[in-house]
Amino acid sequence: MSQATLRVQKISGHAGSVPGDDAQREYTVCKLIDTTTCIGCKACEVACMEWNDLPFGETVFDNTYQTMPETRWNYWNLILFNEHEKEDGSLMWLMRKNQCMHCADPGCLAACPSDGAIVQYTNGIVDFQQANCIGCGYCITGCPFDIPKMNPKTNRVFKCTLCADRVSEGLEPACIKSCPTGCLHFGSKEDMLDIAEKRAKQLREHSDYPKAGVYDPKGVGGTGVVYVLHDATQPEIYGGLPANPTIPWSVRLWKGPLKWLGNAAMLGGLLGLAIHYLRYGPKEREETIKEPHEGAEP
Amino acid sequence: MTNGWVDIKNTDMMLIMGGNPAENHPCGFKWAMEAKRNRNAKIISVDPRFTRTSSVADLFCQIRAGTDIAFLGGVINYAIQNNRIAKEYVVNYTNAAFVVESDFKMPGDTDGVFSGFNEAKTSYDRSSWNYAGANSAGGGKTAQNPGPSTGQASMPAPLPPLPEKVDYDLTLQNPNCVFQLLKKHYSRYTPEIIERITGIPKEQFLKAAELFTSVRKDGDMKKAATVIYAVGWTHHTFGTQIIRTAAMLQLLMGNVGRAGGGVNALRGHSNIQGATDMAGLYDTIPGYLKVPTPADGSFDAWMKRVTPTASKPAPWDSWNYYSNTPKFTVSFMKTMYGAAATKENGWAFDYLPKVDRDYSWTNLWNDMYKGTVKGMLAFGMNGVAIGPDSNKNIDALKKADWLVVGEIYQDETSEFWKSPRVIAQGDMKQIQTTVYRLPCAGFAEKDGSFTNSARWLLWKNAAVPTPGDCRLDQAIVAEIFLKVRDLYKKESGKFPDPILKLSWPYTVANSPPLSEVLKELNGKALADLEDPVTKVQIKAGQQLPGFAWLKDDGTTACGNWIYSGSFTEAGNQTARRDPSDPSNMGVHPGWGWSWPANRRVLYNRASCDADGKPWDSTRPQVWWNEGAQKWVGNDVPDFKADSKPMDHMGPFIMNAEGVGRIFAPLAAFADGPFPEFYEPIESPIDNLLHAGRTHNPVVTKFKDSDDKFGTPKEGYNVVCTTFRLTEHYHYWTKNNPMNVQLVPEPFIEMAAEMADEMGIRGGEKVKVSSARGDYIAKAMVTKRIKAMMIDGKKTYQIGIPFHWGYRGIAEDEGKTSRTLVNALTHTASDPNAHTPEFKGFLVKVEKA
Repeated sequence: MSQATLRVQKISGHAGSVPGDDAQREYTVCKLIDTTTCIGCKACEVACMEWNDLPFGETVFDNTYQTMPETRWNYWNLILFNEHEKEDGSLMWLMRKNQCMHCADPGCLAACPSDGAIVQYTNGIVDFQQANCIGCGYCITGCPFDIPKMNPKTNRVFKCTLCADRVSEGLEPACIKSCPTGCLHFGSKEDMLDIAEKRAKQLREHSDYPKAGVYDPKGVGGTGVVYVLHDATQPEIYGGLPANPTIPWSVRLWKGPLKWLGNAAMLGGLLGLAIHYLRYGPKEREETIKEPHEGAEP
Repeated sequence: MTNGWVDIKNTDMMLIMGGNPAENHPCGFKWAMEAKRNRNAKIISVDPRFTRTSSVADLFCQIRAGTDIAFLGGVINYAIQNNRIAKEYVVNYTNAAFVVESDFKMPGDTDGVFSGFNEAKTSYDRSSWNYAGANSAGGGKTAQNPGPSTGQASMPAPLPPLPEKVDYDLTLQNPNCVFQLLKKHYSRYTPEIIERITGIPKEQFLKAAELFTSVRKDGDMKKAATVIYAVGWTHHTFGTQIIRTAAMLQLLMGNVGRAGGGVNALRGHSNIQGATDMAGLYDTIPGYLKVPTPADGSFDAWMKRVTPTASKPAPWDSWNYYSNTPKFTVSFMKTMYGAAATKENGWAFDYLPKVDRDYSWTNLWNDMYKGTVKGMLAFGMNGVAIGPDSNKNIDALKKADWLVVGEIYQDETSEFWKSPRVIAQGDMKQIQTTVYRLPCAGFAEKDGSFTNSARWLLWKNAAVPTPGDCRLDQAIVAEIFLKVRDLYKKESGKFPDPILKLSWPYTVANSPPLSEVLKELNGKALADLEDPVTKVQIKAGQQLPGFAWLKDDGTTACGNWIYSGSFTEAGNQTARRDPSDPSNMGVHPGWGWSWPANRRVLYNRASCDADGKPWDSTRPQVWWNEGAQKWVGNDVPDFKADSKPMDHMGPFIMNAEGVGRIFAPLAAFADGPFPEFYEPIESPIDNLLHAGRTHNPVVTKFKDSDDKFGTPKEGYNVVCTTFRLTEHYHYWTKNNPMNVQLVPEPFIEMAAEMADEMGIRGGEKVKVSSARGDYIAKAMVTKRIKAMMIDGKKTYQIGIPFHWGYRGIAEDEGKTSRTLVNALTHTASDPNAHTPEFKGFLVKVEKA
């Protein structure tokens, strides 16, 4: 969750109008990750932890340079290391910075039943508002990239905010600022796609990567994080980047044609709640939600 | 670096070998990525392991550790055979045309050694390693004393001088000219033999040679290729010669002095360049001037020995800049001893210690091991962990009377008596060494300058005050000095003058401000000075603008001539932070200050043809301005400003010849004028070029010590190399939770095929043993190292990152085996630079 002062254009579990929806659109922000010039130095991982004040965690040696098997509720930015043998027997050591993709059509937001727990700002950033999160974990199933993670102690879900707090102040995300090789870029989606396409073309024409291309999957409406890949025909080799990510059909149904069913169920639920209240009276709230970064002190 | 970090963006081709900059220099590596993005530059990565650098390379060759000279010699052979050399550059700017003495013989003819080898002394009489030529009657005929010997106490015999007038053949056809000798020498380095030695398949080698030399295709001189290396080249018993092979290749291809070219050493610490500039090595005084030896006897004799005279073809000119050595040295002596250094007393020559033998790292520790060195001050380093043969070093410390460690962490050296081996041996209580551990300041707690790999001095301010009782290193050293001086004042002694008369002009005597030290290094006028040509005047006491002002009459003081110009009357030049770059070539003349004279690319005269026009007009560095009759440019010309091109002064002004040395004559190197491939001291095979002469014949190796070496016959048949990780800094960051989270514990990289054969899975513990000691850690089973065919035999290599020991977060939590990688390595060293062979030694590998 960020303290951003950005305009919202989409809200999870929300029935009424959306404040920023019909406002003049800002440009959509985008991160460009050029995997062909990433050296896996993990500066972005450290910058993410430091800016977001995330606590150190324990890791175990796992036969890889990768810091941990997957992102955690308190580790939002993880470079995936994959050894890939090409058909000619030569080796590629692929490094892909993995984090929230900030989909234009976010599966997490679609799946979320809690009003305002997930919002999308007009600049495209998808942000979790833990104060409104009910810990149901639907966002986790809704994400085709397996990004949101639950803090088991607080039952709240976390992920990369695209440093919405920095972006709202006109700064680039912390990961971008820390990148030493310039494989990370930040700007408008249009500009990033332009740089990405040019780089992919350069790779096709001047390197041994005839299948180089840009990853900006349409199944989720395009993403706020785009990749340049050496081989865009095989995104899976980059640590399971899905070739055609989509929002799960169950979520689509739930939020689309079957929404009336949900509403009916909700109505039923409310009815039940009213009856329950009439019968047993009000219930005291057990505890307030704690500060999410427990143990943040090093 | 001959060039600099930012300059790498100008390159068209990178050979990255003996280094892994993506891993170890990620910030500097941005310029390699810039070159790729903006110039479509190519990277060739040659390494024992497929590294982070290899992951962004266009071509990767897996090489057997320690066979770099075979590879590079092969590329030289390829460049000559395929006419990929820069003919005009080679003829005019190198000694290719110089004729060599007829009694010089090469290893191809004399079973693996150069002429002059003395088997009994394991050293060379280098008098035949000379040019043919003549000396003018009566002039410059003094014999050369080659300086401190390597390893042994006796002084080698004096050498003849270089001839003043060198015989030459500009057609390069004379069979004894340097070019023909070179061609003959490396014609033995065929792709077939290279495959058997290095393990790189012939086709792969040819691909690499073709790609690298492609910048000189069809005689084109526009493109430039760079060679980038680090300690992967220095950590061998022939490390200096590996680097020389690269330098020769770059000279042959006309890449030295060029933007985007050069031979570029990447230093492993932020200020290791500064350490060597300031005489971190025992055989130099600041600015790479040679130390006096007992044989010198007087200041004049010392200067006569170390000041070269020009040696060149008669019609050519040579600036021979080191002819100024007396000016640099007298100014240094004035800085050291102030008014006590006078012409009459030979500038206090007697005060300066004389170096009588090899005092390099392994020798000092060996002396402590033998009981002759009784104590040690250890600052900014973790001795038992960073030196070779850790067990020997720990045993050496056991015998010391005292040890002072200045550190920010409790390191292995200050707790050598807690090493697992000492604990296992149960002799902790017998150790009588008194250990003083002094809390020092960390890098962010001190001001001062860093000198980076690019020779740039960059001033930094302290970010935070020192915590608790911590003190600045210089405060501790100053305090010790002042106490010692007090003792001498009170009690006198055998020879108190060098201590009592040492200049100590700092405003805070017990903690010299580093800005004052930098001012001292820059130098000042001790009398009013006037330039005879420009009539510019400098008053006594003023800071000097640069080393051109230095005098040998005692009227200037300068602590390090190459740093002269860093802190002038205009202020601290190293603190400048003007990012502008008018030429857009990465010169940034107002950012910090680089030695020498704020020059960013060394030998940049060679970026022009003989007429003084840039080889590549799109990247003009310096050029001859006919109208102004002087050299001008985007960079500071590394040349005599008014030397007309027609005078044919050589661009390599620091050599007596004025040209680049493809053949390095006389005392330049201990082990040969041309690099020859020798196997590492521990090697899986005999030398395929000459089986009777497997190793460097003049390697520095203890014969009278307990140092042990392993052979394949004894089961040591796996080649081992050591390396560093991006996630950790040396032996420090194992104390920092964030770095520990990124890579939590030590590991051993091994080929998947090897692990399969041994039944080892990733994460299982493996024990690696050498003849010296053991190392235990988890296996990282990877495809990034593959089995190699070495002379037809399947051979494995393993790699071990070196960041762990017996003190640190994971160590203290009992998560590691608390062993040191350097327990595996041996003390045999390079005879020129004295660097031990940390890479390419033999081990056994088994399940732990």
